[in-house]
Amino acid sequence: MTHHSRWSATALASTLLFAWAGAVNAQSAALAQNVPEIPMQAEEGFIKLPEGMYFGEVLGVAKNSKGHLYVYTRSQDTELFEFDENGNYVREIGDGVYGLEFAHKVRVDKDDNIWAVDEGSNQVIKFNPEGRVTMVLGYRPPAVQGAIELPNGAGPDEHYLFARPTDVTWDLDGNIYVTDGYTNHRLVKYTPDGHYVGQVGTGARGSGVDEFNTPHTIASDAAGNIYVGDRGNARVKVYRPDLSLQAMYENVGNPWEICISKGSHQYLFVSNSNPDSNPAASWDVTGEIYKMELDGTIIGKFGRAGKGAGELQTVHGMDCSDPTELIVGEISAWRVQKLHVAAEPQSR
Amino acid sequence: MKFSLNKWTLALGLLTSAAMQAQAQVPEIRYQAVDALSGFPNEIHMGEAAGVARNSRNEIYVYTRTGNPTVSLGTSRYVSHGGSRIFQFDASGKYKREIGQNSYGTLYAQQMRIDRNDDVWAVDQMSGQVFRFNPDGKIIMVLSRKPEAMRLPEPPPPETPRAGEGSEGESFQGPTDVAWDSQGNIYVADGIRNARIAKYDVNGRWVKNWGTRGSGQGEFDVIQGIAIDANDNVYVADYGNKRIQVFDTNGGFKSQMTGFGAPMALCITPAPNQMMYVSNSNPPDNLDVGGEIYKMGLDGKIVGKFGNAGKLIGEFGTVNAIDCKRENDLLVGELGNWRVQRVTLQP
Repeated sequence: MTHHSRWSATALASTLLFAWAGAVNAQSAALAQNVPEIPMQAEEGFIKLPEGMYFGEVLGVAKNSKGHLYVYTRSQDTELFEFDENGNYVREIGDGVYGLEFAHKVRVDKDDNIWAVDEGSNQVIKFNPEGRVTMVLGYRPPAVQGAIELPNGAGPDEHYLFARPTDVTWDLDGNIYVTDGYTNHRLVKYTPDGHYVGQVGTGARGSGVDEFNTPHTIASDAAGNIYVGDRGNARVKVYRPDLSLQAMYENVGNPWEICISKGSHQYLFVSNSNPDSNPAASWDVTGEIYKMELDGTIIGKFGRAGKGAGELQTVHGMDCSDPTELIVGEISAWRVQKLHVAAEPQSR
Repeated sequence: MKFSLNKWTLALGLLTSAAMQAQAQVPEIRYQAVDALSGFPNEIHMGEAAGVARNSRNEIYVYTRTGNPTVSLGTSRYVSHGGSRIFQFDASGKYKREIGQNSYGTLYAQQMRIDRNDDVWAVDQMSGQVFRFNPDGKIIMVLSRKPEAMRLPEPPPPETPRAGEGSEGESFQGPTDVAWDSQGNIYVADGIRNARIAKYDVNGRWVKNWGTRGSGQGEFDVIQGIAIDANDNVYVADYGNKRIQVFDTNGGFKSQMTGFGAPMALCITPAPNQMMYVSNSNPPDNLDVGGEIYKMGLDGKIVGKFGNAGKLIGEFGTVNAIDCKRENDLLVGELGNWRVQRVTLQP
């Protein structure tokens, strides 16, 4: 028996509310059956946080070409940290920047620029490798207006405004693709210098072929195809750079996070994360990560919901540059883990 | 009209003196008190001492409401930041360090407890979370989730009564306290806007809930504290019903005890010969009622009481936490007086 309606009940001693769109209460088991288990082990103590520093919810993780790791976290304030390839703290990026309000994802492009997607300022912020802002997509509403209602679905002219955007990726020509996100339910394409090209999605939540229900994560392969995790619809959609649909994978649960590995043979990783609200019944049917061929063939899965080392608590960020050595960031366990993942299931 | 008013006054007066007589039969325990904490850096100040607990080396941890709670604007939503901090002191009460700096969930301190492994558990009422620090100060477990957004600026609509049993999992609504049984299972008093005890296994996996809002057996009206004795009896401070209810580890009702006002802070001393302390704390807006702390056996038999509401050393301003790791050497955290007192009982 569940009582989701009470979660938005008002407070006696405080006025905090569960976010209306943030908590996902209906998490589905993946449809794929008899998926072989891939051996996986967590490396204890990979991240060395300096004394007095804490991660909050870890929303995004991404490595650059040198193996440095960027972590986008909701700590007391939203912060973006850099660690070296051994997990040692290097520096903070963007301390005091206007648009780092409420973390959602971080990604690194082929030139080692660092892109922060912030669902609090409704912006996608591009930092160069030195950590200076070089481009901003979207516009932060003026604070003097106070809280404003977000449009429920983007209008046709809303080319340059996001509403709780979720993620960013690029094609071979450097065109920019943004999943926009919790309110507009669309995929938007921009030129490398930030001009609007086009979009998929009507702006409203939907389950049709060209609609989305919270497009939550995005990645691209070496051919320039764009993979979108359509979380609420429990599917991964593959688009060509011209925004035509190429394929749809509907058997790996609700994609909270997807990732495509580097190298000559690329793999697609999809996390069917346990929901951040942690309903008890979710732990038995969610939490696993799938390893797939880019054509959607499932190779195997690993991981399960839990709070212990090597268990997963609402994976929200994933770096799979090396498909045998994943970095995962978790919402509900406030940590970053390094996972050593075998190349194949034992029985394959 | 005037006559009947007088009659009411008389009746009230009789009731009051009867209550006072009942209290007068409880022996007073002699005690001395000092300000327990010292050596603060200039920029660090105690606020409301919501939680205080000692580890096995008698080092003191305090979870206090201090600093500036703020909200920032994220377009359609407000995001809350800060407002509470965790300080560590040595056994003499001298400031040592802070843990949990700038952490996501330290918004409104509620309670602090230390388990047998010296892990430090913080309960935050406003983020609705329980955090577990290892002795090095690293966060190693989080229960429940801070709501993403805060409603501002309009005040919330009036509270509507709810059953308060919560959902199956981790959705705390005003948690107040945490305790562990001999197997390491975790019990969270989810007690202000919910009215339940939530049980988790040693790995943090939800096991069961019990409790609903009400005044019957196994029902609660604001749970302010929880403590578990060496025989795994679970004591729940049922504040609104002015009683402590005792359960087994599956939530089966065993007994209840009364006679000490509305229980707020609750503490059980280590085995053997376990004793229990419970505070009848004065409300924050009234310095002229309650304030005393009772010492009892685990069977509810009151040994004595000490203290009264007030601001002086040796008086108590809305006690929210008691550490009784040493039976006659208590640490008492107050919301009203922004301090922790070390109270030495002279039984």
